[in-house]
Amino acid sequence: MIEAEGLSKFYGSLPAIRDVSFQVKVGEVVGFLGPNGAGKSTTMRILTCCMPPTAGVARIDGLDCLEQSLAVRQKVGYLPENVPLYLDLPVKRFLRFAASAKGVEARKIEGEIRRVMGICRLEKNAHRIIGHLSKGYRQRVGLAQALLNNPSVLILDEPSIGLDPTQIIEIRRLIGALRDEHTILLSSHILPEVAQICQRVLIINKGQIVATDTPSNLTSQLQKSAHVSLTVKGDPSAVIPHLEGLDGVEKVTGDAARPGRLLVESDRSRDLRPEIARVVVDQGADLLELKLMDMSLEDIFMQLVTEETSQEGAPS
Amino acid sequence: MNGFGAVYRKELYSLFASPIFYVVAFTFLLISGYFFYSNIGYYNLVSFQASQDPLMARQLNLSEMVLRPFFLNVSVVLLLISPLLTMRLYAEERKIGTLDLLFTYPITDRAMVLAKFAAVMTAFVAILAGTLPGIVLLGNFSSLNWKAVFSCYLGMLLLGGAFLSLGTFTSSLTQNQIIAAVLSFGALLMFWIIGWIKSFIDPGLAGFVDYLSVTNHFDSFTKGVLDSRDLVYYLLFVLLFLFLTLRQMESYRWRG
Repeated sequence: MIEAEGLSKFYGSLPAIRDVSFQVKVGEVVGFLGPNGAGKSTTMRILTCCMPPTAGVARIDGLDCLEQSLAVRQKVGYLPENVPLYLDLPVKRFLRFAASAKGVEARKIEGEIRRVMGICRLEKNAHRIIGHLSKGYRQRVGLAQALLNNPSVLILDEPSIGLDPTQIIEIRRLIGALRDEHTILLSSHILPEVAQICQRVLIINKGQIVATDTPSNLTSQLQKSAHVSLTVKGDPSAVIPHLEGLDGVEKVTGDAARPGRLLVESDRSRDLRPEIARVVVDQGADLLELKLMDMSLEDIFMQLVTEETSQEGAPS
Repeated sequence: MNGFGAVYRKELYSLFASPIFYVVAFTFLLISGYFFYSNIGYYNLVSFQASQDPLMARQLNLSEMVLRPFFLNVSVVLLLISPLLTMRLYAEERKIGTLDLLFTYPITDRAMVLAKFAAVMTAFVAILAGTLPGIVLLGNFSSLNWKAVFSCYLGMLLLGGAFLSLGTFTSSLTQNQIIAAVLSFGALLMFWIIGWIKSFIDPGLAGFVDYLSVTNHFDSFTKGVLDSRDLVYYLLFVLLFLFLTLRQMESYRWRG
């Protein structure tokens, strides 16, 4: 549905993105993740025909964003970063303008406006001037205009930035409700959010895609070893040599701050938890807790974005 | 013409909902009313004197003594107010970022430029219509040459079109409305006074400079003369600046 092929964009001589390629299939919800200035917005602006790429091809539903720009724009709903809106217009009038600009037939406009205002829960604010609305409501108006004319693709740039926690939950609920009918590409730098709503994640850094996969696959692929954390009653020092002796265990470390806590790093091909438990109990120690530690998306992100070396090992 | 109607209606709403339009219209009509009054007053005075002097009475001419100076005066006011009508067209959208949003709607750049220009033209026509009652009233009390009146208004519309097209262009150059207004005012004034140097420059260039002058072409309309050269001049002027606006939008898009 969304295709990017070798997209590059230079602002003057400054490259914003270099050779970005990815695909989003019909019905997918894909998260675009990256630190500020990584090129998320640039890529999205190219996909929405807001600006042309310096090199490469962007396609929506097989249509070229540059050559068949008008047809592409019919199919895409876009929520720009920081939600620029006409602050002097009332909500309903703005939506009426957006609907007719998007080519909704005159007699269907009112119905279409009612539909999107219903989805975004804007009915009570239909006649208020956008400039007087709170940030959360403006975000909803922005989302409402993106939904007009029922586009098959939604491109949302930082949909939850600047909102308070209840509003964030609200907007996530909204996006969740939209996933059945639209292919969604959304950008964010809030990691748990992406892990929660997206089936797939694209991680971009310094203008290049550094990883793309489902949140869970990313976790397992990037984790070079399995980490098992265990807590033992009393002094665990007696147990350590025995644990290190286990087949497949690479390293056992204690936690100075919390005595009794051990971290076992092992080969990830095998689940060593039963054996670890047996060893501890055989040594006469009391086992209080045993769990497999998963790398959070945050750890992966940090690893990809901060470490040059890990980029080489990362799937791209 | 995808989206022309939508953008046109939106621009009109923004224009008529903003205080700028009313302040501009009020100022324009107040000053032009003053000009109208003073021109009529002067004509009145001369008429009284002419009643004692038959030679002078023969030279009395309502079109020449009231209409023409009135429209020439009003054109100066237009020079001052037209940058205020156009300054926000693109500059405001660039500043608040809505231009990016418009770029993602299925609206052609051409429809957008034309719609914005048509909207300020409509506002200008609405303001100009405010001068009509005075003229009609004058026509009731005297024998006014209505063809001359038509010519004056046509000239006014063309002059306004030229000014507003240039203003549309300068508005697309910047995101600051004041800079857009100042640029537009400066360029318009330059077109106004460019003919002043014609008497002491190279004769070949003088003809060209004289042709460029916006006032020269307007002058013949106020005399009641419809010359196709003047019509062509104004149409080319408008087309040139709308075309430049279109190019500027394209360049803005590429620069991102």
